[in-house]
Amino acid sequence: MNNTWYAGRESIIVSEKERKDALLVLGCPQVPVQTAIALYLMYRLRTLGVTPVVAGNQAARMQVEVSDPLHHYGGEMVDIDTCIADLAEGRRRYSYYMVFVHNDAGISYAATVQSITGKKVVAILYGEHFREVGETIGFPCEKVAAKAVHNPMPLKKKIDEVLPWVVSNL
Amino acid sequence: MGCIESLKYEIVLRGASFAECRRYVEEHCRERVTVDPGFKIFEKPIIGVPPIVIGLDGEVVTFPYTKPCYGTFLLRTENPSEAARIRSLGKK
Repeated sequence: MNNTWYAGRESIIVSEKERKDALLVLGCPQVPVQTAIALYLMYRLRTLGVTPVVAGNQAARMQVEVSDPLHHYGGEMVDIDTCIADLAEGRRRYSYYMVFVHNDAGISYAATVQSITGKKVVAILYGEHFREVGETIGFPCEKVAAKAVHNPMPLKKKIDEVLPWVVSNL
Repeated sequence: MGCIESLKYEIVLRGASFAECRRYVEEHCRERVTVDPGFKIFEKPIIGVPPIVIGLDGEVVTFPYTKPCYGTFLLRTENPSEAARIRSLGKK
């Protein structure tokens, strides 16, 4: 059975057997670029044949819900505590793990996901102090980093550069 | 983490880093137990950068608790059964 998903001029056909998914763990939505980048990342993942699943607290999820009411880019959304419990209990696994990190709590969530799943996570580092925050990461991960607070373009460019490699190699 | 929020706890550190919480436990708690992220404490998986250090002083448990918007809190609560469970399952 095939599933066709259209994204503007791009379209792909993915067989059920090859279907991949990505968990996007959102942080606190206090940094303005997070929701814009999350939606853009969901769009890009879909063009690469990957189904995004969003985990976050209620505020982060509602930002996505209100910005994408028809779920054109987003899909399933789960509460972050439930998501971590499901991973810890082995009830759920994903093809890729992408964690939004702009503060110490983000590092803690990324480390937790990496430790529980044993897979390399993609840490999406942004915000005013993205460099200092990124330097505290001591666990296996791929970093996609840019100083993006209000303007998402620096981080969008980084995602455009690395996402095809991430989907092919992780 | 409804279970934790329903506990009677004391906030030892507020908005701390995971490293500060680890250091506090190592310096102030009589007994230390190391656990991996996802280890259940008060029925919820613990969040943090390994090694996560939990402090035990008799029946008092000192542990980090992370929320996305508020960072990490170091909490202290008295709970004989949870202290015994952590003591038996964690690495010393």
